Amino acid sequence: MLHFLSLHAAELINLCASLILLIAFAMLAQRKILALINLFAAQGLMLCVSTVLVAFVSGQAHLYWSALLTLVLKVLLLPWILHRLIRKLNVKWDVETLFNVSTTMIVGIVLVILAFNLVQPVSQLAGAVTKSTLGIALASVLLAFLMMITRSKAVPQVVGFLAMENGLVLAATGATHGMPMVIEFGIALDVLVGVLILGVFFFQIRERFDSLDTRHLEKLKET
Amino acid sequence: MSLTSLDATLWLAFVWLAIGGAGFLAPRNYFYIARVLFPLGALVGLLLAGVALDAVFHEPVSRVLPLGLPDLPFHARMDALSAFFLLLTGSVAAGISVFAGGYFRHGEQGTLPGLLCFYYHVFLASMALVLVADDAYFFMVAWESMALSSFFLVTTDHRHAEIRRAGYLYLLIAHVGAMAILMCFGALQGGTGSYQFDAMRAVQPGPVWGTVAFLLALFGFGAKAGLLPLHVWLPEAHPAAPSPVSALMSAVMLKTAVYGLLRVTFDLIGSPVWWWGVIALSIGLASALFGIVFAAVQTDMKRLLAYSSIENIGLIASGFGLTILFRGFSMGPLAALALTATLYHCINHAFFKSLLFLATGSVLHSTKERSLGKLGGLIHRMPWVAWLSLVGTLAIAGLPPLNGFVSEWLLLQAFLFTPGLPHAYLNMLVPVAAGLIALTAALSGYVMVKFYGVVFLGQPREAKLAEVQDAGLWKRAGLLWLAGGCVALGLFPLTVIGLIDEVTRPLTGFGIAGQSAASGWLYLVPISAERASYSPLLFLLVTSLLIAIAWLGVRLFYHGRMRRSAAWDCGFPYLDSRMQDTAQGFGQPVRQVFEQYFRVEQTVPSPFDPKPRYAETASDPLWHWLYLPFARGIMRATGLVTVLQRGRISVYLIYSFVTLLALLLFVR
Repeated sequence: MLHFLSLHAAELINLCASLILLIAFAMLAQRKILALINLFAAQGLMLCVSTVLVAFVSGQAHLYWSALLTLVLKVLLLPWILHRLIRKLNVKWDVETLFNVSTTMIVGIVLVILAFNLVQPVSQLAGAVTKSTLGIALASVLLAFLMMITRSKAVPQVVGFLAMENGLVLAATGATHGMPMVIEFGIALDVLVGVLILGVFFFQIRERFDSLDTRHLEKLKET
Repeated sequence: MSLTSLDATLWLAFVWLAIGGAGFLAPRNYFYIARVLFPLGALVGLLLAGVALDAVFHEPVSRVLPLGLPDLPFHARMDALSAFFLLLTGSVAAGISVFAGGYFRHGEQGTLPGLLCFYYHVFLASMALVLVADDAYFFMVAWESMALSSFFLVTTDHRHAEIRRAGYLYLLIAHVGAMAILMCFGALQGGTGSYQFDAMRAVQPGPVWGTVAFLLALFGFGAKAGLLPLHVWLPEAHPAAPSPVSALMSAVMLKTAVYGLLRVTFDLIGSPVWWWGVIALSIGLASALFGIVFAAVQTDMKRLLAYSSIENIGLIASGFGLTILFRGFSMGPLAALALTATLYHCINHAFFKSLLFLATGSVLHSTKERSLGKLGGLIHRMPWVAWLSLVGTLAIAGLPPLNGFVSEWLLLQAFLFTPGLPHAYLNMLVPVAAGLIALTAALSGYVMVKFYGVVFLGQPREAKLAEVQDAGLWKRAGLLWLAGGCVALGLFPLTVIGLIDEVTRPLTGFGIAGQSAASGWLYLVPISAERASYSPLLFLLVTSLLIAIAWLGVRLFYHGRMRRSAAWDCGFPYLDSRMQDTAQGFGQPVRQVFEQYFRVEQTVPSPFDPKPRYAETASDPLWHWLYLPFARGIMRATGLVTVLQRGRISVYLIYSFVTLLALLLFVR
């Protein structure tokens, strides 16, 4: 088993990375909030697996901790918080996107091409094992960003924000075998606190407008 | 290691901060805050004054603080100039804090007392730190904490919209000023990149950069001091703040701005050019005259005092300008005289203005009324406040033997020596300025007669004034301390000038105590005994003798031969309070004479109106000519930018998305 792993680690990492990209596209297309959160959890799991693989290949012990952190935070804790939130807010209904899905997908493909093109000079310098993951990481960051733009409800926007962070961690493990542990902990804490604060915001927004549609916030514009 | 005066000052400032923090231990307990913490703060003020008094006579000391950013520690330095202003801060703050111990009470402020105590002591500590800062970084940190803490103090009662507005205006002008000060330090560092004051002293800026730095300093510190045309926040913020805070702001905070001006001009720039003095002099004179004329037409006690602060700061700025003028022409002894008058007036104004602000605070507390039109006759109900504020009133009106006279007289003396200036136009114009100073002094007497007469003399204008209470013991103690300061500063000018000499000697190279000492301890002689001399003790002795003789004479020869009968009543059967002169009526002559300087709005009722109401407001023309057009211009410019504001999150996200992509493509 271990022998197999060490032989095919690079391919497996690439597989994980491409699964992450695939899930990013799936999130872009997904209209249901519950499914969106499950997809986010799956993306987190893929990230965790790929981090373990990178750790195994490069022999960097602290990456195992990073993988554990990803597992606890992004696969278990945050999806659980989000599930609880939407149960409490009772917003399981379909999400309407601002643009239709096919247009969004086309824009997403353009973004992926752009991302691969952009990271080419950087990935020349990156570690040999994880060369191609950098492009995928940037692409999933951009796709998550795109998802935030195209959704009008608050919860999908937060999921987009979290998915963006997934892409960033992938980029970090891919390019430099992970960030220093302190920074990783810091980011994890930021994300956790961010979600908690946004959870409070959800309640406030709903109390105010009887809906989680952020388009209602247009009323706050100065005239 | 012995404790230097600088260390002691820094420790005392930190004790102030600690007292402020201690307010949070029991933030709702009025007894703990008012009767324990505020008196403790007063004690720290006294100690600070003591330390500063000692430091005036010692060599400058400096040290590096273990605070600040890495590689950018705070530097502090104590020299005679800092010490003098610290003496002012500590001694006045002691009186105000004692008063504040009796002032803050239940249910009057919109802010928690613990929070109020925190802001108050942070304000005190930051003022002390401004005075010992020895690099631009520390100075700005202390300066800004001073501005912020005083902003929160001004908006103590933030439940009223006009108070919030006043606070906003104050904060706005304070920050515009702070930016100018920051740029001034930038101009002063002269390309060395070092923002320590020592480095700035070593660099001799060229005439261009020196001028830029001076003008920026005049603008920045002028905004804080309330010089024209940046005075608009003063008459708004002072009435909005609680009285001890107004007293502190007017008495001490305005002086830190004066300190900044002196520090930058005479210490950091080092060699001022004479025509800077002309600018400072004209701005100062304009402020003085403007302030006093507007004070004459006010009907709100605290607004009146705020305008009077503008006047006094104007006088101080004229003294400052005159000092530069003399320095620029290398007339050292006269520069020392003008600087002495300036500094003397600083400390005098601190004492009498805080006394008067606190007195209005007592009146406000007892009567819940600050409009002059609804007060009157309070000398019978509030004898302590009335008699103590009489001391302040006489002092601010510039009457001997109190302190206001000494500094105004010295200033006038300095002006009268200007014919020696080697410049023809100045020789002709400066006597005109002396005339304006005299006019201002006279008008300030007029204003103070109005203030005192309407509030304390005559008959009460409202029925409820009959049962007001006099100030409590704490308030009396605070007022007594400040009034005592006014008397002492007035009676012993030679001692004070001996103190100020230590300040003027490093800055101008000369002092004026020498001549005075030569003519004996009794007389104050600014230049030479043939020209002018003044002895407050002798004056006091003669006047009290005359009064005693007159009183005895009346008592011995007149009493017992009096015949009481009904007064001639001009055909009226009785006299009531509506027949006495009102504040507005008293100010009317000044309003008539200076009519074109006011922007007067009148609402005149129609002749057939059964309930006629007549209203008249005299407002500041600068507000309409300068501030409102400027604000409109800003609004128009920002209107162009608000196109970007769509209020939709997706659009904002697109902004950052596009920026991100553009940056990625660009960096590539």
